[in-house]
Amino acid sequence: MAAVAKNQEATAARLDRLTVPSSGQWAAETREATLSRLREMGLPERRDEYWKYTRPDTLTQADAPAAAVYETGEAPLFDRFDRIKVVFVDGVFDEDQSDDLAGEGLSIERLADAVEKDIHWAKELYGVLEAKGQVPVERPLAAFNTAYATDGVVIHVTGKVAKPVNLIYQHKAESSDAVLHHVIKLDAGAEVTVLENGPAAARFNKSMEVDVADSAAFHHVRAQGRDHERRAVTHLFGRLGTESVFKSFTLTVNGRLTRNEAVLELTGDDAVAHVAGACLGDGDFHHDDTVFVTHDAVNCESRQVFKKVLRNGATGVFQGKILVQPGAQKTDGYQISQSLLLDEDSQFLAKPELEIYADDVACSHGSTSGAIDEDALFYLRARGVPKDIATDLMVMSFVAEAVEEVESEELRDEIIGRLESWLERRRG
Amino acid sequence: MAAIDQTQVKEGVDQETVDAVREVGGKYKYGWETEIEMEYAPKGLTEDIVRLISEKNEEPDWMTDWRLEAYKRWLTKEEPEWAMLDYPEVDFQDQYYYARPKSMEEKPKSLDEVDPKLLATYEKLGIPLKEQMILAGVEGAENAPAEGRKVAVDAVFDSVSVGTTFQKELKEAGVIFCSISEAIREHPELVKKYLGSVVPVSDNFYATLNSAVFSDGSFVYVPPGVRCPMELSTYFRINAENTGQFERTLIIADKGSYVSYLEGCTAPQRDTSQLHAAVVEIVIEEDAEVKYSTVQNWYPGDENGKGGIYNFVTKRADCRGDRAKVMWTQVETGSAVTWKYPSCILRGDDAQGEFYSIAITNHHQQADTGTKMIHLGKNTKSRIVSKGISAGVAQNTYRGQVSMHPKAKNSRNYTQCDSLLIGDKCGAHTVPYIEVKNNSSRVEHEATTSKVDDEQMFYCRQRGMDEEEAVALIVNGFAKEVLQALPMEFAMEAQQLVAISLEGSVG
Repeated sequence: MAAVAKNQEATAARLDRLTVPSSGQWAAETREATLSRLREMGLPERRDEYWKYTRPDTLTQADAPAAAVYETGEAPLFDRFDRIKVVFVDGVFDEDQSDDLAGEGLSIERLADAVEKDIHWAKELYGVLEAKGQVPVERPLAAFNTAYATDGVVIHVTGKVAKPVNLIYQHKAESSDAVLHHVIKLDAGAEVTVLENGPAAARFNKSMEVDVADSAAFHHVRAQGRDHERRAVTHLFGRLGTESVFKSFTLTVNGRLTRNEAVLELTGDDAVAHVAGACLGDGDFHHDDTVFVTHDAVNCESRQVFKKVLRNGATGVFQGKILVQPGAQKTDGYQISQSLLLDEDSQFLAKPELEIYADDVACSHGSTSGAIDEDALFYLRARGVPKDIATDLMVMSFVAEAVEEVESEELRDEIIGRLESWLERRRG
Repeated sequence: MAAIDQTQVKEGVDQETVDAVREVGGKYKYGWETEIEMEYAPKGLTEDIVRLISEKNEEPDWMTDWRLEAYKRWLTKEEPEWAMLDYPEVDFQDQYYYARPKSMEEKPKSLDEVDPKLLATYEKLGIPLKEQMILAGVEGAENAPAEGRKVAVDAVFDSVSVGTTFQKELKEAGVIFCSISEAIREHPELVKKYLGSVVPVSDNFYATLNSAVFSDGSFVYVPPGVRCPMELSTYFRINAENTGQFERTLIIADKGSYVSYLEGCTAPQRDTSQLHAAVVEIVIEEDAEVKYSTVQNWYPGDENGKGGIYNFVTKRADCRGDRAKVMWTQVETGSAVTWKYPSCILRGDDAQGEFYSIAITNHHQQADTGTKMIHLGKNTKSRIVSKGISAGVAQNTYRGQVSMHPKAKNSRNYTQCDSLLIGDKCGAHTVPYIEVKNNSSRVEHEATTSKVDDEQMFYCRQRGMDEEEAVALIVNGFAKEVLQALPMEFAMEAQQLVAISLEGSVG
């Protein structure tokens, strides 16, 4: 108990130095309630079970550790797509680089504008899914985000939107510390694709709350920037209605520390939720995927597919959970986490969990870790494929299951292109 | 199985068969109590109680000090809360920490001197303490060659060991098999060297408690190159009310030796819950092999969750030498609450660890059980097969850890955890921790959760089986891989237990 009080004290000391962004009535109320929750739970600590494999200290300390800005020389991702661009530079909205925040079938607003109002529909979602996602496992950094987010987008999708919304995060200042929060509401039958890319800041705390109404579909493809020293903690909260679809894919290459949490709740019957990720880590790289899927309705399907390719001391973490609530019969839950360790120094740490309270379900999970299959390598080499090319082919086939979770073929190709260039750079 | 009572016996089926079948059915069949005069230590736990236990066991000072040190540590420890178990707080001061039959005050010199009531108790449990007898209830055992069916038994009744069979024959082979209290007196050099070396005094709350108050248990030492001539077994019986049983088992398999060890346990049926916190330590040297099998059948409480044993057990095997090998097999059908993780430390190169488990929970039972495979040596191998079956409103959790250290090159782990749910009010959970810190090792983990297959049920029912029989058959099939890993003496009993444990789970 003493430890809890001590952490609450430390958290209070840390929070007292911060200012809550200016807000109108609804947002002020939400932020205040969130702050009291946060003070109660305290910021994450190293010995917290949920942070067993990832050290939270650099994410919670007062100052963001500096991260050099990295020029990749690559064309920006998703450049060839017709999309609505919303650009943030070190967490600050950049009007000049952004498109008009308007489109057919949706309305987009800046969070900074929405919170200034006294009444706004975003009240019914902002911090709401996050608060719900705190049970049964606490996610203090998400609460932190709700309390201190300075900006973000508030999107209301009313129809089937053809043009993707592209959130672009540029990193320009070495010690920037950004906190962004997005709220996305899809009406019944609506559809939207949200793309995210860029390193964002030296330290980035981002939340996204997505409410997918009945028969709506949400597609999400994200690539986290290549800056070697950046740190990020992100939370993706999703609530799924009847016959709705939620599909999210994340590509991560580089970054000193990344913790991506996805917290999904299937509340309507026949809903489908997929979360997938491919990560390629080289050197001082720590990547953590933490996923929590709750089945609270009948005949739903969920899939978690995570692949990690690691070398030169990179560390990959996977904590996944499928929770099937009483009565969530006919659940089809699948979870796979695999790592390919390219050398002796890399590590893979996993905790794939199932918690099941309904009997008529088919749930399974698998987790593997190992080196490149020498037999397969030999087979390719025997057919004249040089060793490095053969290795790359095997890496590509290893991550394929995750990449295939991207439904749009064009977007998939874009991701594959990035994977190939990562491999090519390593081949040098 | 309850249906048997009403079934008319078909022609050609003799009464003996019917009786035998009736016997394996029915409720918890070890729920009776032996009426015997007991001697208790005062209720509660204090330094004086620890001293008293040590005194009763006529222990040397170093042992008393060891216990007191553990007791001090225990006072600073908190009860673990991470397991998926929900039970009322245990009042550790509301327990008796020592109980022994009055007749055991003077240690009997041989089995002939043991109180006939105690002998009768074990006889009734199917554990004969007369050497000429074989284990009861084992089909086909009477046809087996005499050599193959000998099992030496150490019988522990509440806090004391009642007797150990075949000691002379084992001695000829160089094997030491006796109660731990006897070992502390007779073989202090071995106990001193190994006790607490696998499960340190301050390992966890329950192990620390055990270190302070353990009253009896078994001790095995198999010298280098000796293959133990028979199976060794310990039978634990809790009889006295409000009494915790804290047994301590220490097994040492010296270089190149082999031993197979069986453990069984039962307790009377009571309304109040009882505490059981055991520690088992196994030391395995170079080229040695130990097989440890458990059929845990403590009283599970009634259909409404009243009573039952709280079973908090720390079991660990340390494969110290190269090519050392350990195999844990457990059938967990009893106890109201089970908290148990038999683990393997694979320290030597090429060491092997195996864990086979069936955990059945019915009614209000809760089990949080699994294993740890800690790979430290090169080319080490481990295999985990866990089958969890949950019925009624029970909760069944597999919790395990596989850890490949950076130096454990070319190691291998395969884990399979399957859960079966019977009924829509129970829960089945899987919580594995997988930590891989080198790339030449391969780790594979698979887990599935499902219900009893409708088609299999239909097939069985259509052939005239009632619902409970069909479920028992399907569950036995589901758990086959583990049942097959059991020694013959236990396999039969385990299969019957599977059926009994699931009684009342369908319909």
